[in-house]
Amino acid sequence: MTDQRKRDASPAIELREASRAFGPVVALDRISLTISPGEFFALLGPSGSGKTTCLRLIAGFDHPDSGQVLLDGVDVTDIPPFERNVNTVFQDYALFPHMNVADNVAYGLRVRGVAAAERRKRALEMLDLVQLESFADRRSTQLSGGQKQRVALARALINQPKVLLLDEPLGALDLKLREEMQTELKSLQQRLGITFVFVTHDQGEALSMANRVAVFNAGRIEQLDTPRALYTRPKTAFVAGFVGSANVVESDLAERLTGRRQAFAIRPELIRIVTNGAPPADHVVTEGVLENILYHGASSRCHVRTGDGAVLAVAQAESGDAAALPAPGTRVRISWPRASAVPLE
Amino acid sequence: MVARSVSRFLHGRQGFYLALLLAPPLLWLGTVYLASLFALLAQSFYAIDEFTARVVPELTLKTYRQLVGHPANVDIVLRTVLMAVAVTLASAVIAFPVANYMARHAGPRMKALFYVGVMLPMWTSYLVKVYAWRLLLAKEGIISWALTGLGLQGPLDRLLAVPVVGGPSLASSYIGMFIVFVYMWLPFMILPLAAALERVPQSLLQASADLGARPGQTFRTVVLPLALPGLAAGSIFTFSLTLGDYIIPSVVGAPGYFIGMMVYQQQGTAGNMPLAAAFSIVPIVLIAIYLALARRMGAFDAL
Repeated sequence: MTDQRKRDASPAIELREASRAFGPVVALDRISLTISPGEFFALLGPSGSGKTTCLRLIAGFDHPDSGQVLLDGVDVTDIPPFERNVNTVFQDYALFPHMNVADNVAYGLRVRGVAAAERRKRALEMLDLVQLESFADRRSTQLSGGQKQRVALARALINQPKVLLLDEPLGALDLKLREEMQTELKSLQQRLGITFVFVTHDQGEALSMANRVAVFNAGRIEQLDTPRALYTRPKTAFVAGFVGSANVVESDLAERLTGRRQAFAIRPELIRIVTNGAPPADHVVTEGVLENILYHGASSRCHVRTGDGAVLAVAQAESGDAAALPAPGTRVRISWPRASAVPLE
Repeated sequence: MVARSVSRFLHGRQGFYLALLLAPPLLWLGTVYLASLFALLAQSFYAIDEFTARVVPELTLKTYRQLVGHPANVDIVLRTVLMAVAVTLASAVIAFPVANYMARHAGPRMKALFYVGVMLPMWTSYLVKVYAWRLLLAKEGIISWALTGLGLQGPLDRLLAVPVVGGPSLASSYIGMFIVFVYMWLPFMILPLAAALERVPQSLLQASADLGARPGQTFRTVVLPLALPGLAAGSIFTFSLTLGDYIIPSVVGAPGYFIGMMVYQQQGTAGNMPLAAAFSIVPIVLIAIYLALARRMGAFDAL
């Protein structure tokens, strides 16, 4: 009884001080991480930051040099992938080219010795879940990228894993399909209630899909937080710059602007170009030359060079008025609410 | 100046350019190779006059009746086919781990070393190797000496005592001939197999393990089916090379005839060109059957 209760209370995934080096390159440096059952968790970072290695440790394709991996409270550090109750959707989908779609999906049942008729039935159910039941007898090589993605998903879910790992699941899809799949993955995760862990280098994807995000940089976790907290309260300059775009103001300039010697980040959309009148009292104000304007449709991005030589990006929402922005080359005053500057470590 | 005007002339005349490039090899393949092959095969439908020993240019199936009607000739075909099958199977079994290591596990240096190692024997004359093997396998040869030194004289004697495939020594038994055949054709199995295994993405093996397959299951259900085109290509080499060879059976092994030896003897000393031609039809037909079977098993689906 106590055993059962302990298992229910234990995290779905836990890494304890896990390290992994490839020759001289340290891919993961004493990573500790706890993921609760039912979470939609993102491992976010640039390439080479260790996020994929982290996923591979959880799947069992790789083993830590030191530290532990626990699934459901059980130490699986030395357990091979085929004995872990975790399934993976691969970046290249890894569909078996010599099998049709139904056989691909049923593979997990086949290696467990489930009878052919039962396999087929359950594979069709899984294909129904991803709306591909009419493709059961196609060869996997005849599918489009989005369809392959769904087959890979159905195949990974057929064993009813407690944890689903997704390695850059949407990386190879075009923009529109990617947005569709984001919504679909999210609703699928809510329906199934299992833990999803996905690796991505796309911060937008991580913010929109995950409950919590771990931001990786150079083998360490820079910050682990909810998407909103990551965006509004980045702790380091790296996170501020990687999650969304931000102006990172170093301590020297910060001292001149605000009087406090503390580096901070300010989002471009929070800075305003002051065209007339005085800015509110709680605003930080500075002056600079408007160097250029990049028009993005919904907003324009202006680069303002301050007297100290620093360049601040300012996002101005499209107002429909062509004369709303000063011409490049003119001197402008910019301001932002003092409180919206995020102090950095 | 001339080069430039030639380039200008060829530019935009794609058809002419292609024809110019393809004409020499097509001429060679068409006339020299295919035509002479058909000329040879056509002769199998002639027969020789038994009294004059001259070829009578009249279409007849007499030669084929002679081929399939004579128990000795049928024996030769069966013996050759059995040897080719055994050599192919053994080559596949030996080549698989080697190719697998080369394709998946070896680092770049080790891989280069293995490729050179596999191909190096092919730089040596074929005849030298066959005769060297005869010495190695001889009764007083180094292999039997080493086995005796290791206290394995008993097992060797028992192996040579096996009826049909055994003999007085390795060098004069079908076992010895089999060893030499496998040695000779092994590179032709390893190379295509390694190429096929190299094309199997690592993620497929990981996906298989991820879905719960133990390594043995992954091998049977993923690696083997995907390596089939390589196995098919390699086995076509080992099978057809064994079917056609006449040097190894005449230097090493028991005195029984093989197809290649019959072709050599019939067109040479015996002067029976039609029978030689009929014998050379046999491997062609066998390979055609083999390819059809391999195709039905899906060996070329992944190409």
